[in-house]
Amino acid sequence: MAKQATAKEVLLDPVFGNNPITLQILGICSALAVTGKLETALVMAIALTAVTAFSNLFIAMIRNQIPSSIRMIVQMVIIASLVIVVDQILRAYAFTLAKQLSVYVGLIITNCIVMGRAEAFAMQNPPGLSFLDGIGNGLGYSAILLALGVVRELFGSGKLLGHEILPLVNDGGWYVPNGLLLLPPSAFFLIGLLIWALRMWKKEQQEPAAFKLAPQMKAED
Amino acid sequence: MGLRSILDRLEPHFAKGGRFERWFALFEATDTFLYRPAIVTRTTAHVRDGIDLKRMMILVWFAVLPAMFFGMWNVGYQANSVFATQPDLLAKASDWHLALIGLLAGFDPHSLWDNFIHGAVYFVPIYAVTFAVGGMWEVLFAMVRGHEVNEGFFVTSVLFALIVPPTIPLWQVALGISFGIVIAKEVFGGTGKNFLNPALAGRAFLFFAYPAQISGDAVWRALDGFTGATPLAQAAAGGTQQIIADGITWLDAFYGFVPGSIGEVSTLAILIGGAALLVMKIASWRIVAGVLLGMIGVSLLFNAIGSTTNPLFALPWYWHLVLGGFAFGAFFMATDPVSATMTNTGKWIFGGVVGVMAVLIRVVNPAFPEGMMLAILFGNLCAPLIDHFVVAANIKRRAARHVQQ
Repeated sequence: MAKQATAKEVLLDPVFGNNPITLQILGICSALAVTGKLETALVMAIALTAVTAFSNLFIAMIRNQIPSSIRMIVQMVIIASLVIVVDQILRAYAFTLAKQLSVYVGLIITNCIVMGRAEAFAMQNPPGLSFLDGIGNGLGYSAILLALGVVRELFGSGKLLGHEILPLVNDGGWYVPNGLLLLPPSAFFLIGLLIWALRMWKKEQQEPAAFKLAPQMKAED
Repeated sequence: MGLRSILDRLEPHFAKGGRFERWFALFEATDTFLYRPAIVTRTTAHVRDGIDLKRMMILVWFAVLPAMFFGMWNVGYQANSVFATQPDLLAKASDWHLALIGLLAGFDPHSLWDNFIHGAVYFVPIYAVTFAVGGMWEVLFAMVRGHEVNEGFFVTSVLFALIVPPTIPLWQVALGISFGIVIAKEVFGGTGKNFLNPALAGRAFLFFAYPAQISGDAVWRALDGFTGATPLAQAAAGGTQQIIADGITWLDAFYGFVPGSIGEVSTLAILIGGAALLVMKIASWRIVAGVLLGMIGVSLLFNAIGSTTNPLFALPWYWHLVLGGFAFGAFFMATDPVSATMTNTGKWIFGGVVGVMAVLIRVVNPAFPEGMMLAILFGNLCAPLIDHFVVAANIKRRAARHVQQ
C-alpha cells in the first residue's frame, strides 16, 4: 500500500464505497442464511464486526513477527480463537439466539471478509488503523445484513425484532405475508437489487462490459 | 389514411431532438401497434421470410385465444355448477365480482352466456392488471434505455394471466407480473436476453411467496367458501380411480370441464392453438415432441416400477397429458424461442428434460402438486448448457471427419 489511508477513510469507505458484500461479493453465504429475522441478523453483524476488528488488531500487532510462509495458519489460529470466544459468549448469554444461528457463528472462521481483511490490510498496516478497518468492514457487512433483515422480517412475517408491525391476515389483520422472503433465496434477489441501486448511485462501482456486440451490418438504404 | 398522416405529423416531436424525445418509446409502440414497423431487416442476417417479431407475437396471442375463451367459460361453469347444487353459498356471498355478474347475467350452469360472463368478470380484471402493470414496467425500461417497447410483452401478459387461478387477488397479480418482467427479463437486458420465461418466473414467485392463494384446494373455483381439489390433486390422493369417482372422465379432462388455472384446463383448446403454432413454425415441433416423449417415457417407467403408497406412480401417460398445466406448458411455455434451446438437437434434449422433470416432480415430490412450471424453469436454466454441448459435439465430429480424409 503506497499511500497511507486515513482513519476516516478506513472506517467509512467500506460502508458504501467499498462494501464487502455488494462490491467484493464476499460473505454471501451467511447473508442468505441468517437474515430471515432482524434479531439473528443483528447478532451475526455484531459477532462478525467484533471478530474482524480484533483479528485485524492482533494480526497487525504481530505482523512483523509472522513468517510469510506460514502466515495463513497463524491468521487462522487467531481468527478461530476469536470465533470460539464469540460463540461461547453467545451460548452463555443468548442461548436461544445461538441455537438459531446454529453453525453460522462457527462459520465466521471461513468468512472471506475476515480472512480478506487480515491478509489484505492487517498484514501491511499498524494495529490502530487495522482495528478501524475491521470495524469499518464489519459495518459494511452489518449495513447489508440489517437492510436484508428489516425487509425480510417486515414483509415476510410482518414483524420487526419480534414486535408486530403489520398485522397478519391470519391474526385478523390485513397484511398477507410474503412467504418467499422467509426462504434464503429471497436474499439473493434482495442483494441483487441492492447492488443495482448502489451502482446506479455510485457509478464508479459499475464493472466494464466483458464484451461488446459487433454492430449490425449496415442496411442498404 | 387519416390516422397515418396524423402519426406522421406527430413523429418529428418524438424523434431525436424533438420536444417529447423521452416519450419516443410510447409513440413507437402506438405506431407499430396500428401499422407495420417502418424498419425491416434488409441485411443477410437470419432472413427466412417476411415475418417479424411483432407478427410472430401477435400470432402466438391469437393462438391462445381458444384456451382463453374456453377458460373464461369454464371458470363460470365451475362456479355456477356449485351454485346450482348449493344455493346457500350464493346467498351468503358478497363480493364485487358477484354483484357485477348479477347485473349482467344469471347463475345458470347450462347457459353459455351466464358462464362466459362469470368467467369474464374474473379473468378480464386479472388480464387488465397484468397488462397495465407489466406494460408500465416495459415502457419505463424502454424509455430509460432509449429503445422501443417490445411486442413480446403481449404474449407474456396473456400467458401470465392464463396460468393463475381465477380467485387470485389482483395485487398479487400486479406483484407477480412485476417480478416476472423486472427480475426475470429486464435486469438481464430485456426481450431476447432473458434466460427464464418471464410469465412462469412471475408465477413461480407467487407460488413460493403466497402459496395459500395459488395452490391448495380452495382457489380453483371462482367462489368463496368452497373447497374442491383439482383432478391432479385428486390423482395424487387416489390415482385415476379417485378422479373417476368424482365424476370426471378422461374426456372431461381433455375437453376441460375441470377446475384449474384459467387457461390450462382444456387440452383440446390448447391443441387447436398449439397445432396452429406448429404448422406456422412459430413453436418448435421438436420441443413439443421432446416434452411428450420425455413425459411418456418416464410415466411408463413409473407405471412399470409401481408403488403401493403413491398412487401417482400408476397414473398413465394420457392422464398426465390432460391434467394440470402440462399441455399448456408444452405448447406455449416450453416453446418460448428465447428461453429454450437454439439448436435442433438441443431442442429435442430440452423438451425431453422438461417432460421428464414434469412427471418426476409430479410423482415423486409430495410438496408440489404441479410439476410443469418448475420443470420448464429448470429446462430454461439448462438450455444454454445443452446448446453448448450440442455445438461442441458438432465441432468435434466435423474435426474428426476432417482428419480421416
